[in-house]
Amino acid sequence: MSAHTDSARDEGAAVDLSDPKLTRFEVYKEGLRRDDIEIIHYEPRFAKPGTKAEKRMERIVAGLFLLSGLFATLFVVAFIWWPWEYEGAATWRDPQTWYTPVIGFTLGFSLLFFAVGVLTWAKKLLPIEELVQDRHDGGSSKEDRRIAESTVDTIVDDMGLRRRPFLVKSALLAAAPLGLAAVAPLGALIKDPADMYTVTGWNAERYNDGEPIRLMMKDGALVRPDMVSAGGQITVYPAIDHGATNQFPTAPTLLIHLREADAAKLRENLYPMYQDVDAIWGNFVAYSKICTHVGCPASLYEQQSQRLLCPCHQSQFNVVDNAAPVFGPATRHLPMLPITVDDEGYFVATSDFLVPPGPAFWNRPSLPEEDEK
Amino acid sequence: MKRRNGSSDSLLTKAGGELDDRFKLAGPARVLFNKVFPDHWSFLLGEIALFSFILLLLSGTFLALFFEPSMVEVTYHGAYVPLQGIEMSRAYESALDLSFEVRGGLFMRQMHHWATLLFMASILIHMLRIFFTGAFRAPRETNWMIGILLFWVGFFEGFFGYSLPDDGLSGTGLRIMEGMTASVPFIGPWASAALFRGQFPGTDVISMIYIIHVFIFPLILLALITVHVALVFIQKHTQWPGPGRTEHNVVGFRMFPNYVMKQVGFMLFIWGVIAAMAGLFQINPIWLFGPYEVSVVSSASQPDFYVMYLDGLIRLFPAWEFRVPPYFTLPAVFWPAIAGMGLSVLLPLVYPALERRFTKDRGHHNLLQRPRDNPGRTSLGVMVVVFWTVGAVSGGNDVFAEKFDISLNAMTWAGRIGIVILPIIAYYLTYRICLGLQQHDREVLAHGLETGILMRDPNGRFYEVHQPLAEPDEHGHTELEYNGWVVPKKMNRVGALPPTDRGFFKSIEEPSENGAARDEIESGKH
Repeated sequence: MSAHTDSARDEGAAVDLSDPKLTRFEVYKEGLRRDDIEIIHYEPRFAKPGTKAEKRMERIVAGLFLLSGLFATLFVVAFIWWPWEYEGAATWRDPQTWYTPVIGFTLGFSLLFFAVGVLTWAKKLLPIEELVQDRHDGGSSKEDRRIAESTVDTIVDDMGLRRRPFLVKSALLAAAPLGLAAVAPLGALIKDPADMYTVTGWNAERYNDGEPIRLMMKDGALVRPDMVSAGGQITVYPAIDHGATNQFPTAPTLLIHLREADAAKLRENLYPMYQDVDAIWGNFVAYSKICTHVGCPASLYEQQSQRLLCPCHQSQFNVVDNAAPVFGPATRHLPMLPITVDDEGYFVATSDFLVPPGPAFWNRPSLPEEDEK
Repeated sequence: MKRRNGSSDSLLTKAGGELDDRFKLAGPARVLFNKVFPDHWSFLLGEIALFSFILLLLSGTFLALFFEPSMVEVTYHGAYVPLQGIEMSRAYESALDLSFEVRGGLFMRQMHHWATLLFMASILIHMLRIFFTGAFRAPRETNWMIGILLFWVGFFEGFFGYSLPDDGLSGTGLRIMEGMTASVPFIGPWASAALFRGQFPGTDVISMIYIIHVFIFPLILLALITVHVALVFIQKHTQWPGPGRTEHNVVGFRMFPNYVMKQVGFMLFIWGVIAAMAGLFQINPIWLFGPYEVSVVSSASQPDFYVMYLDGLIRLFPAWEFRVPPYFTLPAVFWPAIAGMGLSVLLPLVYPALERRFTKDRGHHNLLQRPRDNPGRTSLGVMVVVFWTVGAVSGGNDVFAEKFDISLNAMTWAGRIGIVILPIIAYYLTYRICLGLQQHDREVLAHGLETGILMRDPNGRFYEVHQPLAEPDEHGHTELEYNGWVVPKKMNRVGALPPTDRGFFKSIEEPSENGAARDEIESGKH
């Protein structure tokens, strides 16, 4: 069955398919010829069929297939019968900890063995071949183009697109609002952002009937000054319904108890807008926890350098200077929550944040007070 | 025996006949069976993405049977003890149940995630191959653009996918996306309110990105992939230059049986690797991150690798905010995130048109270029790769700072300076390396191969013997033209001097078959 280069090249012409003496391969080559394919090289992988080497290769491929079947069976068996249910902390001796590795290993290797089997079959048993096919790059023939052009022109003229400009214009005029109508339902998604960026859970008028809102911890416990030791910090939330949940994403606040020296420094640096409302109480200061860059919690407090660090993009804020940004991509200070202590000894927020907390947004009003530096 | 063969043959013929009667298949099927494909390993990079995609559809369907995209608040009472009694969304709870209480669920989740990473990685590598070999040139610009779109749809498909479980890490990703969205001039806050149905995070975003993740984007990906593969088929594959290969032919092997068998084998191979990885290597252990809370984050919060360069750009960009007091603010994040991503989509899309314009090369190209033969393009590509890499490394700069005990601020500054300087250096170096390689190709063609044999003539001059690649003229030069393909650089590439040191653990010294030729060279006859 081996065909040689020269014989393939000679046969540029079509063969007579009605010739009863044609071999199967000759008919096959006629098919190649019609697809503009020419055989450059085509020979069996093993010169003599049935040699030891060929048999050996056959056995290897068959072995790979059988191994694949074996592993697939193991996968199904393990998937069904291997104990899989999670039973809390376990050691490597407990079989259920091996469930995922076992089914991954068995399924993976079943696929791999089959894959290598097929690839070996293709690379080691199929004939060695090299063929060349014409590419026919570029456009259609001139004739085809001319016929296509006339066809399109006939269609255009049948519709009278050139003769009836008014029809075309009116159709286009209608299509524009029709297209708009198609996307208009998406408008149901549109929602007025209103004051979602500027009003937080600390807004007493909206969330607490005008009563000052107390500070609470995650578990709902109200916060007293003696709960934070000097140099310490806790995360506080507005003591309202769901105040510590994601319903109030801009409310989380960091309450920091500064050491005397640091508090003195802060008082010295305090922005006028915070001086005016007496925003800090004793040595306690409360900063919005939401980073002014893109809104991750700026929650890593470095006591030594008095910096707050946002772990998402490494913006750093100086605690003793109004939490002004000192490094990284953030551009604005963490807004300060004005706090005081009420008659019963609990912290309350005297008002909402004076500037919107969280990341900037396009129509964020930029107040001159922010640029006091 | 003979009769049985005959009858089965006739059965096959009969079945084929019945099919052909109905569908007229004989002609088109022959064309398909006989189609010739060129062969090179680098042509298979895109296939990795295709096969990963099929696996993504399969594993994703399994996950969708169990996952509930709901942000309803529930209290966890599942199998994983450390989270019991904790408030979380139903989405996170069902993702936990999928990991702990569904047979094989964790395996499927990990398979879906690993397949995604492989999908995105192979698209990237595939596009680099296309770029550096000039395979995007006419007539294939359309397919290049479809490829770029595939990458970006895949980018968001992947991002939305790992946002779905609503764990601490995915919420952090959405938080950053919200910050980016709100920074867009004019429409930013409105776009954000539309995406989250009001204020971030709201209670609707998971179900919204769910329908995008499981229906809209897979549909777009499937459509684009279909057109992509169809165009490769219709326009025929490019090929490397080489003996007998021209712009007007394809040299290789037939689609059936050779190409298809290799494809099937390769597909199963990719699936096998992903399945084994899914079983053996943990990925995205969501139970460790806890439910998403706006006030909780940890360091080393990294996105998946294909998003990291963008996160890196956001980290590196200086704190430059433009304000139009008192009404408008253009946040710093706008530049790296929105403008940066926009350019990352736009520039590769228009690159083929730009190259056509600047090189004035409007011809069709079916033969690939070696990267060294187009130093300008190659250097530009390396420049982009270096830029991307600095961005991606900076996306994990807190991890690098911690693991290697480097100052975090030093990492940021190194990134800021590096992302400007390193691409320029990379451009220059790549250009010089390309020219050097070109030069060496020409040298070998003109003077022959270096044999490594040093000779000394009677005047005491040392020289190296060269093996010319053709019959040299009287000056020892050969007039060989460079044809865009590999020039042999070693003697054993031209058949002489097979490796002298054979054997794996110790040398098996064998006299080589070409011993005589070597003796001749050594005795100075050449």
